Amino acid sequence: MRVSGVRLAGVAALGALLLGGCSVGSAAPSGTLGSSARGGATATTLDLVAFSVPKAADGALEAAWAKTPDGEGVTWTESYGASGDQSRAVASGLHADFVHFSLESDVTRLVDAGLVAEDWNAGPTAGIVSCSVVVLVVRPGNPKNIAGWDDLIKDGVQVITPNPGSSGSARWNILAAWGSAIADGGTEAEAETYISNLFRNVVALPGSSRDATSAFLSGTGDVLVSYENEAILAKQNGEALDYVVPDITLRIDNPGAVLMGAKPQAEAWLDYILSPAGQAIYAQFGFRPVIDGVAIGSVNGANDPKNPFPAPEQLLTIADFGGWPTASAKFFDPDTGIISKIQVATGKSS
Amino acid sequence: MRTAKLIGGHGPSPRAVRRFAASRTNLTPPTALGLGVSVLWFSILVLLPLAAVAATAATGGWAGFVHTLASPQTAAAIWLTLVEATLVTLLNVVVGTILAWVLVRDRFPGKRLLDTVIDVPFALPTIVAGLVLLMLYGPRSPIGLDVSNTRTAVFLAYAFVTLPFVVRSVQPVLEALDRDAEEAAVSLGASPLVTFRRVILPSLLPAIASGAALSFARAASEYGSLVLISGNLALRTEVTSVRILTYIENGSLSSAAVVATVLLAVALVVIVGIDVGQRRLVRRG
Repeated sequence: MRVSGVRLAGVAALGALLLGGCSVGSAAPSGTLGSSARGGATATTLDLVAFSVPKAADGALEAAWAKTPDGEGVTWTESYGASGDQSRAVASGLHADFVHFSLESDVTRLVDAGLVAEDWNAGPTAGIVSCSVVVLVVRPGNPKNIAGWDDLIKDGVQVITPNPGSSGSARWNILAAWGSAIADGGTEAEAETYISNLFRNVVALPGSSRDATSAFLSGTGDVLVSYENEAILAKQNGEALDYVVPDITLRIDNPGAVLMGAKPQAEAWLDYILSPAGQAIYAQFGFRPVIDGVAIGSVNGANDPKNPFPAPEQLLTIADFGGWPTASAKFFDPDTGIISKIQVATGKSS
Repeated sequence: MRTAKLIGGHGPSPRAVRRFAASRTNLTPPTALGLGVSVLWFSILVLLPLAAVAATAATGGWAGFVHTLASPQTAAAIWLTLVEATLVTLLNVVVGTILAWVLVRDRFPGKRLLDTVIDVPFALPTIVAGLVLLMLYGPRSPIGLDVSNTRTAVFLAYAFVTLPFVVRSVQPVLEALDRDAEEAAVSLGASPLVTFRRVILPSLLPAIASGAALSFARAASEYGSLVLISGNLALRTEVTSVRILTYIENGSLSSAAVVATVLLAVALVVIVGIDVGQRRLVRRG
């Protein structure tokens, strides 16, 4: 199953190059209106356990879904937190009908625990429900003229990015930086040099992406490595910042899964958030659609609201790094991971 | 005997008292029940979790212990945590005692307010504390003091969350202190400094010591208030709790438990050490 997921992601990477979106395959899942028989008006409570980034979007989706026959009468119990913490909580007994995490590995943990079906990622989007890209958030007006990854290692540029050791979702950012050095035809040694130089300019590694945003907004650093949707949401909330989509960046794929033994409405919810209507709501909160044919309209807070999701020249995916299990071990193992070692080396030299 | 009977309505029968007096305890059925509840509660809340941490740490064996602690990043994090926690505790011993003194002995406007505000670091969610510290002592500091992403920030966060411990443990003792001995010392010609050192301080030492132990333990485990302002930079400002989180995020539960066990062991040694030192000082007078 995982093989087909990786292949799908590979195909999608090609597609994304052309379309600039995040669509994983072209087949849109069936809409929910046709399957109203499953839901009905009976009162049901669904337990949602998710990472903190999609909180605002998930709330809006729940409200919209409640107006459809499937979602009518459904109430929610929600739990938001760090992706890894949330996944470990579910694995050790926190009840959930639906989970929405940052990394595939956080769902895989639940597959291993026998809580999520092995074929959870067999659907048309390979289990991915929301999508974004890694961007560079800068001070209003971009005073340091940050245009891409190369600018982050210049003298006098202070960089802030969440701690890739303790925060799983922060790993997207570092992999994007690594990938930018490789994608140009660079060798791994050149990528290591680049990341070392980058860490020399890193002034803070806050615990989570939200912490990093808080630290940046409190004045730390010139550049915050972040997600496009976080940048758009912050601008929607009136925060003073701009962001740059680098020419080479990484597609952030956030998986969602229905747990085994979940209430039947959970499947209908998954169908809904993967439908064009559901993805259009995600888009309003800055997430790139995971399917084609979504009427995005204009997105407040985007650099260009009319064309909110410009296609980067080169969009990498996690498949380019061999998938999450490989990438986690290779880059982030606390002892042997390439990034962990570089962090220690730069800590020593400064 | 009569009053004892009246107070303890269902008190022990004389025979039971004799039986218990012969043994090494003074437990009566009701107090035994109390002890049982205490032990059970303490076990559920403290002993079992600690045992679980130690057991998890042991899964990697001795090699796992050595391997985890040999990591320069981990060793640096533990060292930083212990050094900063010690420094903050020393600061609290001095400043906390002065604060308690001011609150008990001096009369000044706003005393009530100060007395209440001292507990705020307890009440404030630590992440809020971190955000406030970052706003006040970060890059946009209104007073021009930027300590963010340095070791000073770690110290500041520790000092903030541990401030009340020494104050609150010394305050009641100081309030209850009999001032006769003090006045006698002064009337016999002792200078204020000598009076404080020879008469007052010995009575305060146990309270100062218990406040210091709490303050050290709290600082060593702190996470929320410093993640925003310390920057979590490897070998520089990364503290033990962040390191433990890193191990957990990577699925190395045994390494996380090893670090936790080391921290617990050091905390235990420090707490016992403070207590022993305090007793010795008191005996010497």
